[in-house]
Amino acid sequence: MVERIGAVSQDEPAAGAAERDERPPFMQRLLDNPFLLLFIGVTVPTVLYLIWGILEIAQIPLSPS
Amino acid sequence: MATIAIPGQIGEAAEERFRTCPDTGLHVHAKAETLIRVNLITAVTFLGIGGLLGLLVALTRWQAVHLLPAEMFYMVLTAHGAAVLLFWIMFFEVALFYFTSAVVLRSRLATPNIAWLAYALMLIGALTATVAVLQGRSSVMFTSYVPLQAEPHFYIGLILFAVGMLITCFIFLGTLVIAKDEGTYEGSVPLATFGGLTGVIIMIFTLASGAIILIPTLLWSVGIIGHIDPLTYKLVWWGMGHSSQQVNVTMHVVVWYTIAALLLGARPLSEKVSRSAFLLYILFLQLASAHHLLVEPGISSTWKIFNTSYAMYLAVLGSMIHGMSVPGAIEAAQRRLGHTKGIFGWLREAPWGNPAFAALMLSLVMFGFLGGISGVILGTEQINILMHNTLYVPGHFHATVVSGTTLAFMGVTYLLIPIFFRRDIVFPKIAQWQPYVFAIGTAGIALFMMGAGTLGVSRRHWDITFTDALITFDYPATAFFMLGLNGLSAIIATVGGAMYVIVVVASIVWGKRRTEEDAKTNPIAPGAAVLAQYGGEDTFKLPGTIVLVSVFFIAFALYYFINWRFLAGIWPMS
Ligand code: HEM
Ligand SMILES: [Cu+2]
Repeated sequence: MVERIGAVSQDEPAAGAAERDERPPFMQRLLDNPFLLLFIGVTVPTVLYLIWGILEIAQIPLSPS
Repeated sequence: MATIAIPGQIGEAAEERFRTCPDTGLHVHAKAETLIRVNLITAVTFLGIGGLLGLLVALTRWQAVHLLPAEMFYMVLTAHGAAVLLFWIMFFEVALFYFTSAVVLRSRLATPNIAWLAYALMLIGALTATVAVLQGRSSVMFTSYVPLQAEPHFYIGLILFAVGMLITCFIFLGTLVIAKDEGTYEGSVPLATFGGLTGVIIMIFTLASGAIILIPTLLWSVGIIGHIDPLTYKLVWWGMGHSSQQVNVTMHVVVWYTIAALLLGARPLSEKVSRSAFLLYILFLQLASAHHLLVEPGISSTWKIFNTSYAMYLAVLGSMIHGMSVPGAIEAAQRRLGHTKGIFGWLREAPWGNPAFAALMLSLVMFGFLGGISGVILGTEQINILMHNTLYVPGHFHATVVSGTTLAFMGVTYLLIPIFFRRDIVFPKIAQWQPYVFAIGTAGIALFMMGAGTLGVSRRHWDITFTDALITFDYPATAFFMLGLNGLSAIIATVGGAMYVIVVVASIVWGKRRTEEDAKTNPIAPGAAVLAQYGGEDTFKLPGTIVLVSVFFIAFALYYFINWRFLAGIWPMS
């Protein structure tokens, strides 16, 4: 929403006010926010695949040498 | 081709040069266009080289021909994987990233000079890695599993290439910000851009994983680090290796929607549903990387099954949504254009003689039926064991990344050349047949490699007769027959690939220049207007698509259960 307000105040100060009140539905806001999507798209596999996977490997006991 | 300077709203934009494309009506930033051209040409060059190497590999595995000596075989196999899977596909994706950001949004491209730097890094990286492989001491396959060790400049090449790609991703994101700030579009971005964003996001995770693993491996190859744990290597490497395949899937889905939009004015059935399907990709596709570790000891089944089954099925759901939405969009558009006869009139009367359309449909069908179904089989822990590390695996991924991605990219090239090079396609007859020839050849290599794999033939294996080996093994005669058919299919695929390269090069060099007049008398992208818009067909009266999708599900279910049956046969329970 932050960027949106910025854009509105530059080009169309009058039309912006009404628009600001009705927030679009959650899904649309999510899908319209590339950086939030980027955050999710990197965090989910990092946690569930990489970190969890490395924890599993770290738990394998070393063979007695 | 009138070039106009647009009085810019903000700073730099003032000096940027744009043209309005007479074929698509798109507002094209000159600097973005040049970058798109150069990346396309580079991509096609690598495809030409890499495809020929693929033929050499296939002719070696055809036991009766057995073309290359052993050492050459592994070198050529490594070079083949790198040239096509990394360099052809990824340079093409750079072009698509610039296309789906700057061009579709009618915006200027963020930091074109840095985009050139990115290109230079990728090119230098690709050449360095290729030279390293051809020198013969880095035949580690493109997976470069430790403790196999390549020479340092092999890893350096890959790292430079990845850095260039990462910069490209940030330029994509920067362009989104610029387009929004400068108000080049209203509301939500069009689906093509959203798909490009999905690709960029997955690419960033891909490259992060690559950095985590390749930098230590480089240090190990120069002797600074003493040891790299093979299992950790595999885990992190596949975070890159598999996720990058998911970028490919994402981008060929974008290409499917794009071709359908440009040719027929097709919109997604529902923009929201298609966007949500891309969201499923962002959330879950990358987790499926775990299917490469299904037989590794030491990692729990909980991790394996969570990441492959549960998560992967949600990602597959995304693909199935696209797989239904694309033909659905085509059906809806065709019906709107008046092709309403019966259930399949829209399909019969579709532009099958247009290579872009033919490539789209062939890619869609083969990706779904051959690549998708075999992928789910390989991604299921229990039945993966039947085919793990056999030729079934390359069979599967040639269906996805060759019949699917490569063919789709070939198809869209027939539109990108007139749009961005402003040239007509030469040799239209060759172009018209090209997707069919390539499709037959690649369907053959996919199916026959899968067939040989089902019989237990290993992948990456120079000699399945085990000449001179102490312990030998006799494969059934059918396995040899499959490898022979694979060799023949490889020849057909190579002919199809060569037709593509010839048409592309000849069109860029000798194609008749397209004028504004041509755009009216001989339009190549009559539906282009919808590409840059947000919004769907919002109809579901699609009897033809419903029949096609049902056929797919039945085939899927049958084949899935046949494999469980095979498994039961191997492990009798009573
Ligand atoms: C003329 C077209 C092509 C032919 C005939 C061909 C054939 C082959 C064959 C026979 C193998 C070796 C399987 C083995 O022994 O393990 C192979 C491996 C491979 N191919 Fe292709 N291929 C072609 C095009 C492509 C394209 C376009 C791509 C990627 C976009 C691709 C990606 C790969 C990869 C990644 C490998 C695995 C290499 C490895 O195991 O390290 N191929 N190909
Ligand atoms: Cu994979």
